[in-house]
Amino acid sequence: MSDTTNRRGWLKGLAAGSAGLFLAACDKLNESPKVQKGLASAQGLTMRAQRLFQNRTALAQEFTPADIARDFRANGSISPADPAYRQLLTTGFKDYRLVIDGLVERPLSLSLADLRAQPSRTQITRHDCVEGWSSIGQWKGARLGPLLDRVGLKREARYLVFHCFDSLEETLDGSGQYYESIDLVDGYHPQTILAYEMNGQVLPVAHGAPLRLRVERHLGYKHAKYVSRIEAVADFAHIGQGKGGYWEDRGYEWYGGI
Amino acid sequence: MATPTREVLVYRHTVATRLTHWVNVLALLLLLMSGLQIFNAHPALYWGQKSTFAQPWLEMGMIDRGDHAIGVTQIGSVRVETTGLFGYSGKVGSQEPRGFPAWATIPSYRDLADGRHWHFFFAWVFVLNGLTYWSAGLLNGHFRKDLAPTREQLTPRHLLREIADHARLRFPKGEEERHYNALQKLAYLAVIFGLLPLMVLTGLTMSPGMDAAWPWLPHLFGGRQSARSIHFICAGLIVAFVLVHLAMVVAVGAFNSVRSMITGRYAIRLEGDAS
Repeated sequence: MSDTTNRRGWLKGLAAGSAGLFLAACDKLNESPKVQKGLASAQGLTMRAQRLFQNRTALAQEFTPADIARDFRANGSISPADPAYRQLLTTGFKDYRLVIDGLVERPLSLSLADLRAQPSRTQITRHDCVEGWSSIGQWKGARLGPLLDRVGLKREARYLVFHCFDSLEETLDGSGQYYESIDLVDGYHPQTILAYEMNGQVLPVAHGAPLRLRVERHLGYKHAKYVSRIEAVADFAHIGQGKGGYWEDRGYEWYGGI
Repeated sequence: MATPTREVLVYRHTVATRLTHWVNVLALLLLLMSGLQIFNAHPALYWGQKSTFAQPWLEMGMIDRGDHAIGVTQIGSVRVETTGLFGYSGKVGSQEPRGFPAWATIPSYRDLADGRHWHFFFAWVFVLNGLTYWSAGLLNGHFRKDLAPTREQLTPRHLLREIADHARLRFPKGEEERHYNALQKLAYLAVIFGLLPLMVLTGLTMSPGMDAAWPWLPHLFGGRQSARSIHFICAGLIVAFVLVHLAMVVAVGAFNSVRSMITGRYAIRLEGDAS
């Protein structure tokens, strides 16, 4: 009797001990740069595999007005405190200009009226947050492809960096400023738009007024809000911490299709 | 007087089965724990394409009771207090709101980005390993010879007898041990061709990139949020299978079973003298 109790206690201790060791080992491995590099090797594989199965212009599913969510969640910055942004907001974005520059032949500076005069697209799509939830909304905006043709990308341009007004984290060195980047496959995708309307209304501040990127087929954090400037670059190693975006600099995948 | 018996070592598992089994053990364990880390980023589940935030069918959360907090788990309209396990857990003094507790996630602390790295790396390991096992099983006849139930095994009379025997923890002995019994075969087949492929497909459905590539995916499962729910439920079913599987291993003899999955040889006792 006491023998079995002893043995049970011993076995329990052994099980708890090895589980504890396993957990500690996992945390230790998680913090090793080599392990992180190994784990990250799957990212390139994932992107290449998805692009292999995905036609370049394959559209994300579009929905009907009946599917639109009334509780579309706003995440990240929802009311930027940055002075330049507050200034534009108080005057109804009348002095807002979207700058498109970098590796382009003809840099552009566009007002909201200019953007509204561009070839547009309206789409009802599903917004998938990296946290796991989804909302459905209708977006109207200027198609990015024709704008890229207008500015004329230089041959070495490979990525588009979206600089934003909002600091998601308060920092002294400005490293909390939101930014994102996409490649030209997504830049020229027919559903990639610079949205100024959501659900038939002017884009609300919580969702990125006056202009946000919609890059369907990617998770929510790629859809930069409060866009102020689009910069065409050959690579993004010199921007932020070099990973291609605010969340990418904090460990998230650059390829947001998964 | 007891009938004399002799022990015979039979070759039960091929190298392919043994290797892929252990790779699968590692991959599934890490996928489960990193998956719970990912779940913790939004510990609520919904049906359909979008999240109905006010009405998840499952939710884990914390309720502040002024001087203390409790963890609660709500399924449908049923709410259960699950402090220390789901919704609110941690060492005394450092409890925090979180879906699953620290001991169940990789890493143990909250880090969605790292959880995703582990999950997607071992998802590749799991899929490539599974494809290896499937190919080997088709080529060497493992599925046809070892896992497909015989016509006799599928008769109601036989199945009922096996269920009754299992319930009394009476397992096949001797010659009968040369083959899997029907319940064993059906359980393995359900996991190999049901649960595990479902895990992959529902996992892919959560990827907006894959949904654009294969629009039939979200249609198949009734939407991305449904796929997330099914992914979670299937993970639970796999855990349940593993628990039963381990209990059976212990019940029929842990040493013999584990040895057979390492060396391939399984000992059975046959009647009659060695001669």
